Amino acid sequence: MTKPESELTWKDLEIGSIVTEPGNASQYQTGDWRSQRPTLNHDRCVKCGICSIFCPEGCIEQNADGYFEANLFYCKGCGICARECWTQAITMMEEEE
Amino acid sequence: MAKRVGIEVSLAIAEMAKLANVDVVAAYPITPQTHIVEHLAQLVANGELDAAYIPVESEHSAMSACLGASAVGARTFTATAGQGLELMHEVLYVASSMQLPVVMTVANRALSAPLSVWGDHSDVMSVRDTGWIQIFTENGQEVVDNLLCAFRIAEDPEVLLPVMIHLDGFHLSHMIEPLFLPQPSEVEQFIPPNRYPFPLNPGKPVTMGAFAPPIIYSETKKAQQANLEASKAVILHCWEDFGHHFKRYYSPVESYLSEGARVLLLTMGSFSETAMAAIDKMRQEGKDVGLLKLRLWRPFPFKEIRQAVKNADVLIILDRALSFGGPGGPVCSEIRSALYHEQNRPKVISFVGGLGGRDITVAGFEYIVNRGIQISQTGSEQEFEIFGVRE
Amino acid sequence: MDKYTVFVPRLVTKKEIFAPGHRACIGCGEALAVRLACKALGQNVIIVNATGCMEIVSSQLPYTSWRVPWIHTLFENTAAVASGIEAGLKVMARKGKQITQGVGVVAMAGDGGTSDIGLQALSGALERGHNFLYICFDNEAYMNTGIQRSSATPFGASTTTSPAGKISIGQLTWKKNMPAIAAAHNIPYVATACPSYPFDLMAKVKKGIEISGPAYIHILSVCPTGWRCPTDLTVRIGRLAVETGIFPLYEVENGEYKLSFKFPQLRPVADYMKLQGRFRHLSEKTIKEIQHRVDKEYTRLVEKAI
Repeated sequence: MTKPESELTWKDLEIGSIVTEPGNASQYQTGDWRSQRPTLNHDRCVKCGICSIFCPEGCIEQNADGYFEANLFYCKGCGICARECWTQAITMMEEEE
Repeated sequence: MAKRVGIEVSLAIAEMAKLANVDVVAAYPITPQTHIVEHLAQLVANGELDAAYIPVESEHSAMSACLGASAVGARTFTATAGQGLELMHEVLYVASSMQLPVVMTVANRALSAPLSVWGDHSDVMSVRDTGWIQIFTENGQEVVDNLLCAFRIAEDPEVLLPVMIHLDGFHLSHMIEPLFLPQPSEVEQFIPPNRYPFPLNPGKPVTMGAFAPPIIYSETKKAQQANLEASKAVILHCWEDFGHHFKRYYSPVESYLSEGARVLLLTMGSFSETAMAAIDKMRQEGKDVGLLKLRLWRPFPFKEIRQAVKNADVLIILDRALSFGGPGGPVCSEIRSALYHEQNRPKVISFVGGLGGRDITVAGFEYIVNRGIQISQTGSEQEFEIFGVRE
Repeated sequence: MDKYTVFVPRLVTKKEIFAPGHRACIGCGEALAVRLACKALGQNVIIVNATGCMEIVSSQLPYTSWRVPWIHTLFENTAAVASGIEAGLKVMARKGKQITQGVGVVAMAGDGGTSDIGLQALSGALERGHNFLYICFDNEAYMNTGIQRSSATPFGASTTTSPAGKISIGQLTWKKNMPAIAAAHNIPYVATACPSYPFDLMAKVKKGIEISGPAYIHILSVCPTGWRCPTDLTVRIGRLAVETGIFPLYEVENGEYKLSFKFPQLRPVADYMKLQGRFRHLSEKTIKEIQHRVDKEYTRLVEKAI
């Protein structure tokens, strides 16, 4: 885990401020950006995976049963998956909070 | 045993890059550095130097290509002058802050407008703050020696900073001098191979050049400053080791006949040679004068400057660049500032001369010293004087 | 597994080289394009990125979204830095200092960083024939700095520096044809792509990185923020750009043009433009003018492809 930037001293920085931990931005939660979330109708889902292809976040993953579900830690609620789903299995619902 | 050859300094630079076995050369021609890149091209074309020669389409791209090459761990070299140095200006800051050990020789040239291909230090002064290690040289031997050191200093794991070797355009770049060039075995012994610690490599992915919001930017700059300051120790050690191997010794501030001198003249670059002749003459006439030659420009040698002038009453500094609307001589203003808090400090007098390739003779330097002494006694309305300008 | 000619999303690698947690806008078409391109590029690449949207959203110190070696320096020098990397790797391999074999060099830049400020460096790199892939992610303006016009902004679009006003319709010049400029350098491979056609995009990126010599791919990146459209229409709008002939998909292999999709009839440009706020101010007359020009250019392209 990387120290939060407000705690880093100049000595903590790597040479040339290089970041040596690949992909460590995956700690950052973008899921709290959204105002709507995708919900999946399992009866309609044909497990084609086109939603996972079109997700700009790359956060739609296939679960153990083969259904493609958005990882809500990252999902920004753009609605592309719902729009592009061929069987209209995904519906965008308002976030309650 | 080292060979002594009569060679144009520009060509010697190329030969030294060959001896250092550089991997990548980014080349863009500009007077008066063209002979360097031309000769390098010939060396590569003949198979004498195994390097990637990238004939880039501008100096901005030259330095950018150097960033890329250095980032994958290649030994990287380029050369430029005047306007070329200006065009790559923003890239220079990136090379130093990203700690990419690029080595560059700059054939110092006056800046437009008006266009001038001839030598002065205006290009040097415009890149003072770029964070590069910068070394002045006054003759061909110093150029090749310090170029050899530059590769070792830049790539040192404790440093990892780009290095600029300054030589006066035409006055030095186009001189044919008898030089000692080292043997390949001596070079191999003196410069270890480049082992950049985090090269771009799929086996170990890193991210270079992340952006810094205000919360962290200051820390990156502090790190950069600390790093440049710490490089001085490596530079001094390198020069010491060089002296040990090659019997030629370099230091941040060098002196000539300055022991006990109450009046000191300070120069940088090839004018130091003429100034030495002037000091000889004045000493013979019984004048209490000596010469200081500034070699290490960045990191600035505060300690050595203070030490060198502590017994002097008058320090006359000849700048080869003019900071318009400001202090006139940039080097003079920095030295004055360095001496400000000293208990005993000389009166510092600023001269600007040799602009755009204008020569200063021995007689000229005699005038500068005498006039400088005069100003130290009577004071002056002006912050500085331009030597030799027709009023 | 890596054949993108078969439309099977499940067979595309699950690995995300461009890690989620990046800070791109909601519904960002460019992030989607980068993500898909990375699927095709694989791990054995070094990416050189220009200043721009993707660089900013993916590399805030001390974090990075990149799982491959990645370097950003400045705005206009992407192709020059890539040249240095390519040359460095080549000579080091020759001298026996190479770390990894067959590393691909990929330059990524936006439309501003390519057709405006980056044009010189790109032209130089293409002319010198470096073995690298240059991808232009075209969201048709300087989006990262707040939607200012670039030479890739289409005619009639309203941006902050070419705003629609009482006496102006917005952008008064036509989009610079960057793929044609790249093709004019006689490089082995030029292509246009759009994330709405993901498998076509991935196949082209794969071709581009595998080809020896310079390759240039121009990818339309729908930007809901800058184009003023709903975030869920990113893929649809990209599709319409292709179906209307505004952004035709094609390849130029060693000077030979090849259309990627042949439409029996193009959709009217209004279908594409009416979904975007940046065109909302345009009159019927202007839209007709645009339609006329799009038809003319498309016909010319089809003729070249024969």
